[in-house]
Amino acid sequence: MDDFLIFDGISKSFGNHKVLDNVSLTVKKGEIFSLLGPSGCGKTTLLRICAGLEEPDSGRIILNGEDITDLSPNKRQVNTVFQNYALFPNLSVFDNIAFGLRISGMKENGIKDEVYKYLEMIQLTDHAGKKPDKLSGGQKQRVAIARALINRPKVLLLDEPLAALDLKLRQRMLVDLDNIHDEVGITFLYVTHDQSEAMSLSDNIAVINEGLVEQVGTPTQIYEAPRTSFVAAFIGDTNFFEGDVIEVNEPYSKLRIEDFTDVLVYNDKKIRKGDRVYLSIRPEKFTVTLQKPRLPESYNIVKGKVEEIIYLGYHTKYWVRVNEYLIETKRLHDRYMLDEKMITWGDEVWLSWHADYCYMLEQYNMEDEALLTLPDEEIMAEIESEAVEDE
Amino acid sequence: MLFQLFNKRKSEVLISVSPMGWLFIFFVIPTLLVIAMAFRSADPYGGIGDEWTLNTIKDLRNPNYPLIIWRTVWLSIVSTVICILTAIPAAYYISRIRKKYQDIILLFIIVPFWINFLIRIFAWKVFLHPEGIFKQLLVALHISAPDSLLLYRPEAVLVVIVYSYLPFALLPIYASAEKFDFHLMEAAYDLGAGRLQAFIRVFIPGIRQGLLTAIIVVFIPALGSYVIPDIVGGPSAEMIGNKIAQRTFIDRNLPHASALSAILAFAVIIPSALALTRRFFKEKNSGSLGI
Repeated sequence: MDDFLIFDGISKSFGNHKVLDNVSLTVKKGEIFSLLGPSGCGKTTLLRICAGLEEPDSGRIILNGEDITDLSPNKRQVNTVFQNYALFPNLSVFDNIAFGLRISGMKENGIKDEVYKYLEMIQLTDHAGKKPDKLSGGQKQRVAIARALINRPKVLLLDEPLAALDLKLRQRMLVDLDNIHDEVGITFLYVTHDQSEAMSLSDNIAVINEGLVEQVGTPTQIYEAPRTSFVAAFIGDTNFFEGDVIEVNEPYSKLRIEDFTDVLVYNDKKIRKGDRVYLSIRPEKFTVTLQKPRLPESYNIVKGKVEEIIYLGYHTKYWVRVNEYLIETKRLHDRYMLDEKMITWGDEVWLSWHADYCYMLEQYNMEDEALLTLPDEEIMAEIESEAVEDE
Repeated sequence: MLFQLFNKRKSEVLISVSPMGWLFIFFVIPTLLVIAMAFRSADPYGGIGDEWTLNTIKDLRNPNYPLIIWRTVWLSIVSTVICILTAIPAAYYISRIRKKYQDIILLFIIVPFWINFLIRIFAWKVFLHPEGIFKQLLVALHISAPDSLLLYRPEAVLVVIVYSYLPFALLPIYASAEKFDFHLMEAAYDLGAGRLQAFIRVFIPGIRQGLLTAIIVVFIPALGSYVIPDIVGGPSAEMIGNKIAQRTFIDRNLPHASALSAILAFAVIIPSALALTRRFFKEKNSGSLGI
C-alpha cells in the first residue's frame, strides 16, 4: 500500500481548450513528486484539482484510500503553498501561520506553542509580529510553507514556490525545502517548470506536456532514458538523429544516418532491420579531439568542423558541424595545461562516443527540435544571466 | 544620503504648503468662526450683534433638542449600517463578474445621479404619499391600513437616506473589492475556512480601507441631512439640519444656528478623533503578536 495519492484518469477543459487529458499518476507516501512541464502544460491545473480549487471534468482523486474528488477544499487534508505566497496582508506572520489552527478551533495556548515550533523551523521567530509586506521574498516563502505545514496535511502542494525568487535565493531555498521535507516527512507534490529544481529535489518526476503525461520516473531515468523527444529536449540538452536499422547484432546494432555516418547503438529497445529509429545523444557523451582517437570497435567516430565555442569555466560547449547536423557537445576541463593546443573556431575535430550512449526514443515529434538550444540563444542567455547577477 | 533625505523632506513640505494653506483658510478658519458666532448676541435684523454672550448657549436648553439630536444620531447610524451591509455583498459580487458587466452595473449605479437630487427626493414623496401607487398597493394587499401614513415618519426618512447614500457606500467598497486579491480567498479555503469564514476573516479585512471611506461618506452627510427630512419627514421626523435651517431662515437667529452647527460638528469630530488616536496607539503597539 505504497500508493498514497492517486490521480485516476483526470481530464479538464477550459472552454474548448483541453488542459488535462486522461492524466493518471501515482504518488508514494513521503516522497517528493514533481510535476514538470512548460508553462501552460496543465501542471498547475492538476495541482489545483488536487487542492479542490478546480473541479475535474472526469476522473477520480484518491488520497490514502479515500476518494476526495467531491470534497470541498476546506475539507481536504492537503495544503497549498501558492506561487504568489497569498499571505494575508492584514495579519502578522504569527497570525498567518496560526490561521488554519484557529479555523480548526484550537485553543490559543496550544496555537502559540505550535506556531513557535514552526517559526523556529523556518527561523523567523524574531519576525513573528511583522506584517508580510515587511518581509523579503524568501521569508514570505518560508511563512507560506509554515502556514501550510502547521495543519499537518497528508500532502503538501507546492505551486512553483521558488519562481519569484532570484537565483541565489532559489538555490538556498531548494536546500531548505529538502531539509524541511526530511524533518516533517510529509508527501510533497511539487509543480515547477524548472528542470534543475525538479531534478535536484524530486524522488519522482512526471513530465507533462500539453495536458499529457510524457514520462514518469526518477530524475536519473528521465535524464538518461527519456521516453520521448519532448522529455529529451526539455530536460537538459540533447542531439537528435534519425536513422534506419541496417544490421541487428547483439549487443550493438548498426544504424545508417543519412548525411552523417553509420552509427553503432546499444539495443535497449526491440528493433528489426529496416526500422526507422530516433536517437537522443546528450552533449556530454561526446569526446572532442583534434587528433583522431584510437578506440575499440564499440565506439563511434565522426569528423566535423567547430562552428561555435562557448567557454563556461568549468566546461566548454562546442557546436560541431557534420554535413547537415550541428552537434552540441560539452567538454569538462579536469585539468588545464598551458602547452595544450586549444581547439578553436574552424578546427577540424573528431567526435567520438560509445555505442552505449545512443539512446533510442519511443516517440519522436519534429516540433520538439525547437526546444534545443542553438549557440546564439545560449550566448544571449549567458549575457542575460550575468546582467542579472550584476544587479 | 542624508542630504537626499533632507531634500525629499523639503520638497514634501513645499508641496503640502499650498493645500494645507487652502484647507486652513477656507475650512479651519470658517469652522472656528461658526463656533465663535455661537457666543455672539443675536441682532434683531438677522445679523450678528457686537457683544459676547452666553445667552445662546443657555437657549440650547430647549426641551425638543435632545430628542431631535438623538433622532439625528440613530437615523444616521442605522442608515450607515444598512448601507454598508448592503454594499459589501453587492461589491463582492460585482467585483467577481466579468469586467465588461462590471462597467455596465457601475453605469447603472451612477445613472440616477444625472437626475437632480431634489427631484429624486420629491419622487419618493409622490411614491409614499397616501394617494401614491405604493401606498395604494399596500392597502389593496391588506398590508397597510388606509388611514395609516407611510410618509412623515422617521422610517420614511431612513429609507430615503439609505436610497440616497447607498451608491456612495457602494463605490468605495467596490473600488477596494476590485483591487482585492481573490487568491487570498483560495488560500483561506485551502487552510480549512468555509465560505462565510473566508468572507469574514479575509475579504472584510481586505477591503477595510473602502469600508472606512464608505462609513465616513455615508454617516457624515446623513448626520447633516436637511432636504430629506424636510420633504419626506415632516415635523414628527425632524433632524438637526431642519432646526439649523429654521433658526437661520425663519427665526433669523444666526448665533443660535451656529451653536447647533457646532454641536453637530463636535458630534462628528469627537468620536473620529477618539477612533484615530486609538488606531494610532494600536499601530504603535503592533510590534507585539497581535493576539
